[in-house]
Amino acid sequence: MNKRLSFFILTCLSLGLAFLYIPILSMVIFSFNASKLVTVWDAPNSPTLKWYYSLLGNEEILDAAWISLKVAVINASGSVVLGTLAGFGLARFRQFRGRFTFNAMTTAPLVMPEVITGLSLLMLFVAMEQLIGWPAGRGITTMTIAHMTFSMAYVTVIVNSRMATFDIDLEEAAMDLGARPLKTFFVITLPIIFPAVLSGWLLAFTLSWDDLVISSFTSGPGSSTLPMVVFSKVRLGVSPEINVLATITISTVALVIVLVNWFMARHCSRE
Amino acid sequence: MKQHALLARFGISGRGLVVALPYVWLLLFFVIPFVIVLKISFSDIDLAIPPYKPLLEWVGKHTLAVKLNFDNYAFLFTDLLYLHAFTNSIKVAFISTIFCLLIGYPMAYGIARSSGTTRNILLLLIILPFWTSLLLRVYAWIGLMKANGVINNILMSLGIIHEPLTMLYTPFAMYVGIVYSYLPFLILPLYANLEKMDWELLEAAQDLGCRPWQAFYKITLPLSRNGILAGSMLVFIPAVGEFVIPALLGGPNALMIGRVLWDEFFSNRAWPVASAVAILLLILLVPFMMWYQSVQSRESAGAR
Repeated sequence: MNKRLSFFILTCLSLGLAFLYIPILSMVIFSFNASKLVTVWDAPNSPTLKWYYSLLGNEEILDAAWISLKVAVINASGSVVLGTLAGFGLARFRQFRGRFTFNAMTTAPLVMPEVITGLSLLMLFVAMEQLIGWPAGRGITTMTIAHMTFSMAYVTVIVNSRMATFDIDLEEAAMDLGARPLKTFFVITLPIIFPAVLSGWLLAFTLSWDDLVISSFTSGPGSSTLPMVVFSKVRLGVSPEINVLATITISTVALVIVLVNWFMARHCSRE
Repeated sequence: MKQHALLARFGISGRGLVVALPYVWLLLFFVIPFVIVLKISFSDIDLAIPPYKPLLEWVGKHTLAVKLNFDNYAFLFTDLLYLHAFTNSIKVAFISTIFCLLIGYPMAYGIARSSGTTRNILLLLIILPFWTSLLLRVYAWIGLMKANGVINNILMSLGIIHEPLTMLYTPFAMYVGIVYSYLPFLILPLYANLEKMDWELLEAAQDLGCRPWQAFYKITLPLSRNGILAGSMLVFIPAVGEFVIPALLGGPNALMIGRVLWDEFFSNRAWPVASAVAILLLILLVPFMMWYQSVQSRESAGAR
């Protein structure tokens, strides 16, 4: 079979990738720029790490990053549990009462505009506080609940699609040999779908770490997350520290993606 | 065993428990909130905390009155600003989706037709921006498109232009931002669809005398219909309610409904109006969401 790509397709791919990567590259390059003007390259004094030091000494950003980290870790762990249960249920139980609603509820958060999700969750928290006194005020708890609600939808999709390619005979064999369903899940199913669960955790972490809109609605005084601080800074204009933050974020993401891919390639070849 | 029998007597099975937890969670934190928003959209605005009046009120000793206030909706339909924001959001989302398709389709096609390591590397390159903060990637465009930004500096030093172009805070900047941010959302489902394509069909068509573009138009395009629809929905639906991109790149008169909702809520503290905007936006988007879901279930049914 002729696998060579036509000139047209190659051009489109290269231009498309350039479109995706030029903005990212420009942030990386200008993070080493000495000038405060950000986009004017100060050749005599650059490259420099001065904005890296200045970012690491910025209390406001560090505090916000710490809050974001806490929310993201709790969110990722919680939504992995909920999303795995949901994805497993959708894949294994072809028929149960309310399956249609359940399916709709797990797909809708993927496409729901964030302003709607954020506003409605805040209204819920306010109403709950009036009614039962919990959650008292807004902060890390309410933000985490909000993040889990949309993150679990992504985990569900990932786990569900992994379950679709999974040989059900393995589970049945284990049960025929006398394993209880719970044991079968932990001994057979979970190890096999583990790569999906891991990517679900990472995706849930990133979604939460990056979220601005839903956090803004559901956070309270003193619990500004990193994107909220970045947004208020960016609204006032570009800042060299944000370029540094972007560079650190991108390198971390790239590193984790490469590591996970390497890990999964190994996992698959062992299987 | 005993435990099992006990649970079964109450009609609770192991299966039920698996689904129950996420089910209840979503009912409580995803469905009920909409009911509350609907309720608040019918309330009067109030100078209190929270800034709306209850719907149910005791009038007299034993009479509970329900007061539905349609003013918020009437207000949205009479003030042209809101109508304009709605139509503009749909227009912007639609045009952005078309551009995403034009750029993304050949890319998804190229990735699906490449093989082995090349394909994996290309996929990683598409996924990487998808995993990096949207806010930071949108921010990058401010630096590129500013009056003294990278694009203007390069064009001026090459002598192509002599005055800096005004790009930032224009509709153009907003379109670039939306297409840029949502492109991976279109490429990935489209790739997943094209990957399953039987390319021998194309060869057969060409053997039978089809020109390559004819074969594409008659075979590839119709067969990738579900991928195109799914990807387009993933761009269109969230783009209609987009807030961050118009707020950062679009300038003060980029009227998008997500931004109007945000301002009503955060600047005007008009919770009932913001709720009414959310409800109208939801009514507008629900048909598309249902369409998306049916396309998705068709796709996964085809995969099995």
